[in-house]
Amino acid sequence: MTAIPMVAVVGNPNAGKSALFNMLTGARQKVGNYPGVTVERKSGRMALGDGRPVELVDLPGAYSLDASSPDEAVTRDVVLGRQEGERLPDALLIVLDATNLDNHLRFALQVIGLGFPTVVALNMVDLARRDGLTIDKERLAAELGAPVIETVAVRRRGIDEVKDALGLAVVAERQAARPEEDFTGVQRRARAIASAATTGQTLTRRSTVAIDKVVLNPVLGPILFIALMFLMFQAVFAWSEAPMGWIESGQEWLGQASANAIPEGFFRDLVVQGLIAGVGAVVVFLPQILILFLFILLLEATGYMVRAAFLMDKLMAKAGLSGHAFIPLLSSFACAIPGIMATRTIEDPKQRLTTILIAPLMTCSARLPVYGVIIGAVIPARTVGLGIGLQGLVMFGLYILGIVGALLAGLILRNTVTKGASQSFIMEMPKYQAPHLRPILIGLWQRAWAFLKRAGGIIMAVTIALWLLSSYPVAPEGQKQTEYSIAGRIASGIEVVVRPIGFNHDIALALLPSMAAREVAVTSLQTVYAIDAEDEDAAASAVGDQIAARWSLPTALAFLIWFVFAPQCLSTIAVARRETNGWKWPLFMLGYLFALAYVAAGATYWIATAAGL
Amino acid sequence: MRVTLDQLPYHKPAIVAAIDWESLGETDAKRLRNLGFDEGVGVEALHGAPFGRDPLAVRIGRMQVAIRRAQARTIMVEATAR
Repeated sequence: MTAIPMVAVVGNPNAGKSALFNMLTGARQKVGNYPGVTVERKSGRMALGDGRPVELVDLPGAYSLDASSPDEAVTRDVVLGRQEGERLPDALLIVLDATNLDNHLRFALQVIGLGFPTVVALNMVDLARRDGLTIDKERLAAELGAPVIETVAVRRRGIDEVKDALGLAVVAERQAARPEEDFTGVQRRARAIASAATTGQTLTRRSTVAIDKVVLNPVLGPILFIALMFLMFQAVFAWSEAPMGWIESGQEWLGQASANAIPEGFFRDLVVQGLIAGVGAVVVFLPQILILFLFILLLEATGYMVRAAFLMDKLMAKAGLSGHAFIPLLSSFACAIPGIMATRTIEDPKQRLTTILIAPLMTCSARLPVYGVIIGAVIPARTVGLGIGLQGLVMFGLYILGIVGALLAGLILRNTVTKGASQSFIMEMPKYQAPHLRPILIGLWQRAWAFLKRAGGIIMAVTIALWLLSSYPVAPEGQKQTEYSIAGRIASGIEVVVRPIGFNHDIALALLPSMAAREVAVTSLQTVYAIDAEDEDAAASAVGDQIAARWSLPTALAFLIWFVFAPQCLSTIAVARRETNGWKWPLFMLGYLFALAYVAAGATYWIATAAGL
Repeated sequence: MRVTLDQLPYHKPAIVAAIDWESLGETDAKRLRNLGFDEGVGVEALHGAPFGRDPLAVRIGRMQVAIRRAQARTIMVEATAR
């Protein structure tokens, strides 16, 4: 028995490769990693017209075989048969953007030279036609020596024809590779073929030119950018109110139902107060996280993200970075992990390292539950005029503090430990495209699933562990349970260190488990107060009310500032280790962020105390 | 009219006449080659970013690319009549 044939999908970035891959494989996709690198390996099963199965692998977009990023290196290594964990493809599917043949043909020619049986998908022919470009596909096929099929991946056009052609390709023999051509030679041959096969004058897409007149306008561009960012953060809070209410009601109902079903005792407390209230305190932030991701996915899918990087380049340059660093940093507002992984597109190693080191300073969505609960508890819900709420203003301030902190840290790092040559900024600006619902929904679903897995996995595990550690040994009469228990004694040790910056015993207890995930700070406090409560009513009361009653304002403010800077997330450290190939930089990151958090929280506490707050 | 790309007036079509690959450094040179920069390719300055009109958005062939003025300075272009 032979393994089913494998076809690798290759092409330039922005050729519509992933859209075609999605249409060919449907939902039957597997996402994994190549060994040793954090480059995603996307593969899927596809059935040919006659029922034969084929494995399709979607390789990262590349501009040429002369790779300049880890992503491109994977693509190169797979087609050269040098990639660990991947067999040599039986055939290749090359995806070309019909509106940008000059550029896409260069990589296609390089790959075709390798001798694989090849099918060429001439994608986005509808856009080319709308721009008045006609492409002679017979001519193109003759020049390339491979069948050329017109496709419009997002509208499912040409899919069956591609399958038929692949059916022939996978049983064809691989030819000897042609001797390597020099780059300029390939470049010029690509241009000659493109101009011979294309008729039409249009040089850039008309709609893109029109939109860019506004988006990149020196005056309107920045205004639009700020408006979009403002809308994004406004939406995170405004649109999430109703669904968060639903989750809270659902959680209340579940708590009630469980309390009725389980006999009174330790187990009931654990389930109702520990699990349902604790994990629920985190799950309630799912709508906010999804709205944030929705905006980021839309900005990427439409092509606006690169324009934002273009507008921000000058500002980033002041911090010794470039527009390249902007995209990972914006993603870090959702989560530093995809943010750090997105730094792979930054070619300069020093700039990439700097971006990784400052990414955790961007206010990720895991901080939202912490900020939300503390602000709700200690900041009065009044307006400061013009209908702007004080609570929202404080939240905004924390975001700004993170950004300013990141840029200053970047500037200092670039002048000390990550010193390097001045930066360049060279980046393709893809044409604007209307976003398609399906990929956005798939993206959102993946984020939601990852978050719920986190809540159901690590957050639940840490909550149970903390519940057990804070419940035993049982304190004798007259002693506080949260101080007598194992967790309480550990917290007393930590308290010695954090007392000078205004943190109390409860906070000390919450700090350690929140290393697993920042949101656990909220569940931990919930646990502490539930266990310490005198009666059932007090145990059930919201963690925010407990904080309002027990913490001083300087302590609460110091706690907020601590969370702006502290590297409270082990997964981020783990990703940083993987991406920097060692412990040196993640440990450095841990050290400098903790130092920063300690100093900033301490300063906040003492200034607030001196001010008589 | 022969000028460097950063001096080319906006929306004036030109052809790349020469690129000073040596002064670009290996990484940037590779990047520019990969985005289609080569002698003989059509080029046009489209937009300048706010605050000092740097970086530039330029058309190279049929593609739009962002590039800082410092790198655009290494590219000599010859303006063409439309």
